Amino acid sequence: MPDQIPLVDYLVLGDDPHLVANECTACGARFFDRRNACASCGGADFAKVDIDTTGEVRAFTIVSFAAPGVPVPFVAALVDCGGTSVRANLVNVEPDDAHVTLGMPVRLTTSVMGTDEAGTEAVTFGFEPVPVSAGAPA
Amino acid sequence: MSDDVWILGIHMTNFGKHADKDLVDLASEAALGALADGGVTIQDMGVLAAGNLMQASSGVGQQLQKQIGQTGIPVYNVANACATGATALRTAMMAVKAGECDMGLAVGVEKLSGAGLLTGGNRRPDSPTWEPHGRYGAVAALDGRVGTEIMPGVFAQVGMEYGHRYGGTSFELFARISEKNHAHSTLNPKAAYQKRFTLEEIMGDIMIAYPNTRPMCSANCDGAAAAVVVSDAALQKLSLEQRRRALKVSASVLTSDPYTEGCQVLPDVNTLTRNAATTAYEQAGVGPEDLDLVELHDCFATAELVHYDNLGLCEPGGAVDLFESGATWRDGARPVNVSGGLQSKGHPIAATGIANIWEVATHLRDEAGERQIEGAKVGLAHVIGLGSACGVHILEKAAV
Repeated sequence: MPDQIPLVDYLVLGDDPHLVANECTACGARFFDRRNACASCGGADFAKVDIDTTGEVRAFTIVSFAAPGVPVPFVAALVDCGGTSVRANLVNVEPDDAHVTLGMPVRLTTSVMGTDEAGTEAVTFGFEPVPVSAGAPA
Repeated sequence: MSDDVWILGIHMTNFGKHADKDLVDLASEAALGALADGGVTIQDMGVLAAGNLMQASSGVGQQLQKQIGQTGIPVYNVANACATGATALRTAMMAVKAGECDMGLAVGVEKLSGAGLLTGGNRRPDSPTWEPHGRYGAVAALDGRVGTEIMPGVFAQVGMEYGHRYGGTSFELFARISEKNHAHSTLNPKAAYQKRFTLEEIMGDIMIAYPNTRPMCSANCDGAAAAVVVSDAALQKLSLEQRRRALKVSASVLTSDPYTEGCQVLPDVNTLTRNAATTAYEQAGVGPEDLDLVELHDCFATAELVHYDNLGLCEPGGAVDLFESGATWRDGARPVNVSGGLQSKGHPIAATGIANIWEVATHLRDEAGERQIEGAKVGLAHVIGLGSACGVHILEKAAV
């Protein structure tokens, strides 16, 4: 298997791919970027926390017009993963308002985005609809 | 005498394509227009605040002085995203309030015709080998891979999130908000577009970022606006006509976005607007029910809806009902964006935060022609710059 690198450093690869956040140890605010301090309370100590790999779509847009080189259409969304907001594309779903709906349950998935000159694969993430049969009991 | 600050003169250029005018031409036209409107000259000004975003490092204030008067006064070149104009106005007002001078000039100017997507419009190509960079350790550009960075997409999600929370939204509802603003601009000779669109035309136009089609996005165009502000003491020494046409600035507020969960994932444009509105109503001693007209920051049709709620024009969660009631049309109980708003009047970024005040002022002076809101006495102007900054001003007609 070729070497892999995640698209972003808050994506953890392996058997159970998931996202991690920097959580402020003082107030619990969560951030996905490298931090200087906490934007909520000013605290400077952070701990890594795993983010739920399932969530619900709180907002979405279907982008049909973007920069050259960005394949369209694609679905961009705000996913609520157990109380933590995550920005991601919705994947493995038709990009139209008949198939993408507010509140739909989704789960994290990863895919190879491309291979560089050194043969390393970059792995990206997205959220896909949870099949009805695999969803939580109603 | 009080510590109130007044708008003595105000002007906006036509919004649209000004191929034959550069940034300084437009700024000069607005500034000279505002000075003439106030019956004063550049020699009377004690401060100049000049707002421009896209050429923010070019010192547009001093360039303007080189054309209309190098009087040696302090110049503040201001950039604060789409709230740049409101920030320039507040800068001039703060100097007057602080007692540094009696009168000041604020200008906002932008050349934006044909600009296209303002963010996410240039994705960097992938490098030959994956190397992490930046705060997310990203090995490649994220726009389009991890959500979207384009403004139509960001604000689409803002409107959709409101719909998720309260229900009642649809593509058609958002398109009808745009239909209203495009209908309004047919009465505004300064608007970039003055064309009425049918709902079918709006919904059938090019989709940019669902549910925002092209006419539901703010119109990139050229334009400028300027205002002369004056202290209460200095105003009292001016003519009856100047005092009669002066507008009291009963509230002037600028906020930034306080931390809320998820605000660094999808910008929270709600909390800072609510905070600004609450403070503005307290300062002015008026409530939303007292407003005869509102110019709010409809950078996209999806944004207008959430700001009905953020500005307290409806009960929390009641924005869809407010729109459905017809209240926000020009002949409704709470007219919103009778100028045509950013979608139809246009959005030359730094000009917007003074142009919306020009619109309110023009109605309060009973000078709005065909689109006049009869008997208007109090109005509110709102802008938001993503990042974020929110400006809210409340103006009142002079009692003279």
